[in-house]
Amino acid sequence: MTTQATETGPVIRFTDVCKRFGEKVVLDGFSMELSRGKTLSIMGPSGVGKSVTLKHAIGLLTADSGSVEVFGRDISEATSAELAEMRKRMGYVFQEGALINWLSVGENVALPLRENTDLGEDEIRTLVEERLRLVHIPDAWDLMPSEISGGMKKRVGIARALITDPELILYDEPNAGLDPEIARSINALIRELQEGLGVSSLVVEHRIDCIKTVSDEVLFLDGGKALVQADPEEFFHSNHPRLARFFGKESA
Amino acid sequence: MAEATEIQAQEEPAAALKKDAAFISFLRSEGERIELLLRTLRRLGHTPKRARLVYEQMFLSGIQTLHVVLLVGLFIGMIVSLQTGIELAKLGQQDQIGTIVAISMAREMGPFITGTILTATVGSAIAAELGTMSVSNELDALKVMSIDRLSLLVLPRLVGLALIAPLLTLVCDTVGIIGGAFVAQAQLNVGYEMYMTSAIDALRPTGFLLNLPKDLYAGLIKAVVFGGMIATVACNEGLKTTGGALGVGRSTRSAVRDSIIGIIVLNYFMTWFMYQA
Ligand SMILES: Nc1ncnc2c1ncn2[C@@H]1O[C@H](COP(=O)(O)OP(=O)(O)O)[C@@H](O)[C@H]1O
Ligand SMILES: [Mg+2]
Repeated sequence: MTTQATETGPVIRFTDVCKRFGEKVVLDGFSMELSRGKTLSIMGPSGVGKSVTLKHAIGLLTADSGSVEVFGRDISEATSAELAEMRKRMGYVFQEGALINWLSVGENVALPLRENTDLGEDEIRTLVEERLRLVHIPDAWDLMPSEISGGMKKRVGIARALITDPELILYDEPNAGLDPEIARSINALIRELQEGLGVSSLVVEHRIDCIKTVSDEVLFLDGGKALVQADPEEFFHSNHPRLARFFGKESA
Repeated sequence: MAEATEIQAQEEPAAALKKDAAFISFLRSEGERIELLLRTLRRLGHTPKRARLVYEQMFLSGIQTLHVVLLVGLFIGMIVSLQTGIELAKLGQQDQIGTIVAISMAREMGPFITGTILTATVGSAIAAELGTMSVSNELDALKVMSIDRLSLLVLPRLVGLALIAPLLTLVCDTVGIIGGAFVAQAQLNVGYEMYMTSAIDALRPTGFLLNLPKDLYAGLIKAVVFGGMIATVACNEGLKTTGGALGVGRSTRSAVRDSIIGIIVLNYFMTWFMYQA
């Protein structure tokens, strides 16, 4: 990748981002950084703007003010062709899976390869089967999205995000609705991608055990701001009053 | 009473404002549709790559509407035959009934009926399908994967409908003329042979650009335009859907309403262009 030489700073940088929907202010001076090759988890109460944050990072939403830089490039200044190129280096796991409802599981995962590469049928099949094995659904190829559970949709969504070997993956609650065993293996997968391939990840996550396994850093989002950004050890021992309230007595 | 006028007076400016806003939003959505059409036409070269989706769209649209086209076409032919036949009989001209039915089916009724049926069955389905994709984040998913949504979703529907509409129109014309023949035979005492001869003779004149039966191909051109317009309107409404299941309902409704208006307005201008200009 020729552009990589110039990209030495953080993979994602939010500076003073504000975003409102009508009267509702969701982000209000939000700043954060994700270093290259690291995993940052975002925590926060439901409806606080975690998904909105991820959508800013991939250009599905644009900030009202402030800047969002990805791979060192201000996303609001990128042309649509540049944005498309940036997105090819990124993976996005949607909260509800967002599988294409008229394509089978296998075709959903194969779609980015069919649309954006010249790979042959055999190569595509091999790659897709490999990704389906990674998320523990090796035999799901022919199932339709309407036939599978929410947790399984999420896993197909992860397989689809991984199919193009992205450098940066954004996960919106990858473990919600998964049983602990599968959740552990998904966490191990996130970790493996980071350690083996140097993938950077931004993970929206609720479960403390998951956060402890995958994250290099944790960020607490509330009131439109990043209240705390710290490594897990420090984060879970923080005596920030808002965090103490969020976790209740257990962590205090 | 006084109270009522007061309320009315208060509401008037708001209503006027609303009317302006409605007109502006009408212009804006027409603009959007034309833009979508042009951007999709620029991808016409992708059609071979999308052949399977185009074929599926044609097949589904054909299957879903064929029986309706057969039934409605037959009865429209019968109605035209009966209505005009009664008047022609008063003048002793019932021999001409084949001519009238053939021409009105080919020029107007065939494409109009086919377009209306396609709007109600296929256009509404397209708006609902794409609308559902929009509200369940599937369109966003395509976006983040840098997949060309116009090429994948809009092009096959546009091409499929533009191709299936003239075929269905041909079917509609044919059953209409046959329906007219039944009525001519049974109620107006015009023999089958006489009817068919006059019907075929009526469609024979060629002209305007091509050396083909003019009334027939003028109607088929209309059908192609209607098919493309229905697909464009339905895709546009579907793609911009927001607001969950309610939003999907809203998009479907506007797609059907605006396509029917479109068919009528475009029909007038195409008739004017092909027969008067
Ligand atoms: N496209 C949108 N239009 C209007 N409001 C939105 C939109 N997306 C999100 N919101 C609002 O922004 C807030 C944060 O949403 P979200 O980021 O999904 O929360 P969460 O932190 O649970 O992921 C919610 O109040 C939601 O209603
Ligand atoms: Mg969310």
